[in-house]
Amino acid sequence: MTSILLIVFLPLIAALVAGLGNKAIGFVPAKVVTTGALFASCALSWPIFIGFLTGANTPSVTPVLEWISSGDVQVGWALRVDALTAVMLVVITSVSALVHLYSWGYMDEDPDQPRFFAYLSLFTFAMLMLVTADSLVQMFFGWEGVGLASYLLIGFWFRKPSANAAAIKAFVVNRVGDLGFMLGIFGTVLVFGTVSIPEILRMAPSMAGSTIGFLGLRADTMTVLCLLLFVGAMGKSAQLGLHTWLPDAMEGPTPVSALIHAATMVTAGVFMVCRLSPMFEVSPTALEVVRFVGAATCLFAATCGLVQTDIKRVIAYSTCSQLGYMFFAAGVGAYGAAMFHLFTHAFFKALLFLGAGSVIHAMHHEQDMRYYGGLRRSIPVTFWAMLLGTLAITGVGLPAVFGNPLGIGFAGFHSKDAIIEAAWAAGEQGTWFVGVLVALLTSFYSWRLMFLTFWGKPRWAASEHIQHALHAHGAHGHEDSGHDHAHPHAHDVGHDDHHANVAEAEDSGASPSQHGPSQQDLPAGTGGYHPHESPISMLIPLIALSVGAVAAGFAFHGYFIEPEAGERYWKGVIAFREHLMHSMHEVPTLVKLSATIAMLLGLASAWYAYIRKPETPTAVANQLPLLYKWLLNKWYFDELYHFLFVRPAFALGRLLWHRGDEKTIDRFGPNGSAFMVGIGSRAAARLQSGFLYTYAFVMLIGLTAAVTWVIAG
Amino acid sequence: MIGLTHYLVVAAILFTMGVLGIFLNRKNLIVILMAIELILLAVNLNFVAFAGFLHDLVGQVFAMFVLTVAAGEAAIGLAILVIYFRGRGTIAVDDVNRMKG
Repeated sequence: MTSILLIVFLPLIAALVAGLGNKAIGFVPAKVVTTGALFASCALSWPIFIGFLTGANTPSVTPVLEWISSGDVQVGWALRVDALTAVMLVVITSVSALVHLYSWGYMDEDPDQPRFFAYLSLFTFAMLMLVTADSLVQMFFGWEGVGLASYLLIGFWFRKPSANAAAIKAFVVNRVGDLGFMLGIFGTVLVFGTVSIPEILRMAPSMAGSTIGFLGLRADTMTVLCLLLFVGAMGKSAQLGLHTWLPDAMEGPTPVSALIHAATMVTAGVFMVCRLSPMFEVSPTALEVVRFVGAATCLFAATCGLVQTDIKRVIAYSTCSQLGYMFFAAGVGAYGAAMFHLFTHAFFKALLFLGAGSVIHAMHHEQDMRYYGGLRRSIPVTFWAMLLGTLAITGVGLPAVFGNPLGIGFAGFHSKDAIIEAAWAAGEQGTWFVGVLVALLTSFYSWRLMFLTFWGKPRWAASEHIQHALHAHGAHGHEDSGHDHAHPHAHDVGHDDHHANVAEAEDSGASPSQHGPSQQDLPAGTGGYHPHESPISMLIPLIALSVGAVAAGFAFHGYFIEPEAGERYWKGVIAFREHLMHSMHEVPTLVKLSATIAMLLGLASAWYAYIRKPETPTAVANQLPLLYKWLLNKWYFDELYHFLFVRPAFALGRLLWHRGDEKTIDRFGPNGSAFMVGIGSRAAARLQSGFLYTYAFVMLIGLTAAVTWVIAG
Repeated sequence: MIGLTHYLVVAAILFTMGVLGIFLNRKNLIVILMAIELILLAVNLNFVAFAGFLHDLVGQVFAMFVLTVAAGEAAIGLAILVIYFRGRGTIAVDDVNRMKG
């Protein structure tokens, strides 16, 4: 299959052209090249996916180059295309192409556009390398490649200190996960003598029950390997413990959040677990851990999402939570459901992020939802797109109960309900309960976002950004772009501290104090600002993704999770537990209804708290100040890590810096020798008096010494 | 009888005087020139003494060469001195310390 070569390498070529050409080739050519390459990749990917859906395609491996040949370890560049890769191909190329297009509008005023587009394409290339990997080493290459691109894109606005900090944080936290991944690869080479994924999966069952020495203990071989690899997946997919980088990563431009931190890169961990699912199947302990971590993340992130006020952070926690769903689906053995949720999630989460980007664009880079409100009429297309995305993520649909033969609903309905049913069917009632609870929370925070943003009265007047726009430049303030991302407001310090006093005084629902001037002829709270709908290049991706958010679930659920169709589609690429998928249909009616009921409860409570009685959130926050603070500070994970790791690391760094480097190495090394040279040369300079007789004397001494040497020697 | 030893001793004394004349002299550059002449003279004396002792004329011929070179050297040295004096107004040894890097 040669089209896979084009799919993978077109983005790389485009990235090189746009990145190296940069300003020399101009903004428009750089954008055309990258966007064109991505749309071409996308157009080539869909036929492959459809080929697998119809059964016309068979798994194939396209060798590209030999890479490492060292003793028994042979690693080649090869592009593997099978049912699992095909899913990822369409997700990556579709979302990436749409995000490229969206960025035409969103980044229109940025002076570094070629760089941005080059990074985006580079990211896509690395991600495609990851999903087409035939060996763990190639997967690791892609893994690091996407990590690099993520770092570059989070820190894209490098004049903003908070963006740099977030980029470094993302990179460092991912290193922790990558260490696990690397150890997993080393272990695999040790145990199997190869890094080729098909070989490993073929041999994995025969290793069941064997033990390996690890950290001085004897442990089950497969459990150790799976857990090490899963640590890598946890880092990349922001699972509990290694999740702290994801919310901060929202410092990057919003298209980046949509592409990398929602649809593709963060799902790499899920992809890896599914790709290696025959291996995980061998170790029930590892699966147990995967399930537990997934469920814990799911719950944790959803609770944090409830109280965040930054629109992007709410969606970031939502992503984290949905990734938890995917992992616990994998943990209960429903890999098909995990991949299905990955697939649908990519569409509706990218949609939500791009929608949020459109809102932010309209609201002049204000990201705080407390300063939104009533935007429904100002930006109708964005509103409708985000509404569809919210319907998709909360899982709106008609369950297949009470004689309704076929469940039908938005994308998230099919995938999330499948996960929740699979948890019950696998006999994990605890996990099932977490799943249902999180469905409620998901519905609550998603609708909270919608209600705060699009319903209610405008509360824009108090926003610094809007004030800035109105006073400094009139309605076109943000057209000189550089400063807008870098102006020295409290904003730049990070959104956690942004309006912190306001956050304590009132929860998100209550309208902030109106200290801005509001013009008399406009509704109070607008401050005289007119939000404007985004340009067409930003609306097309929203519309395209809306279609995915509506239809992706219904159209494809058969191939992913239905017993017979799924078996035919996956063809053993992932461990497909057919009986589990069967028993999913036989769960009690109440279980089938549970997710929908939870969704409706969430919707109703969000409606009550933010539309019916907007003072409720403040009251609740005042009633439970400890819980509120606990959630607002994200369970104090950052503080804990700051105390446990960051401070000791800084202390160690300072110790080595002052004591080790300055006082030892520098003192006796460079500085010491420089000092000695100084002394020596001052002495030598004194010898060179300039007097004739000194030189003659030295000459004589030298001559005498030489003669003595010759005669005596 | 005055033998080779005597000549050599005299030459050594002259040589040492010449060397010391260069170092110990703090007065005048001309004295340094004269001390150099003294050293060359001591060497010449050695040449001639050995020529007589070994019955070999080469030593005397060499002495003639040295004399010639010494004359040239003295001429050039004095010329430099004159120029230097014109330029700087002094030829006191302690003031001539411009040979620094």
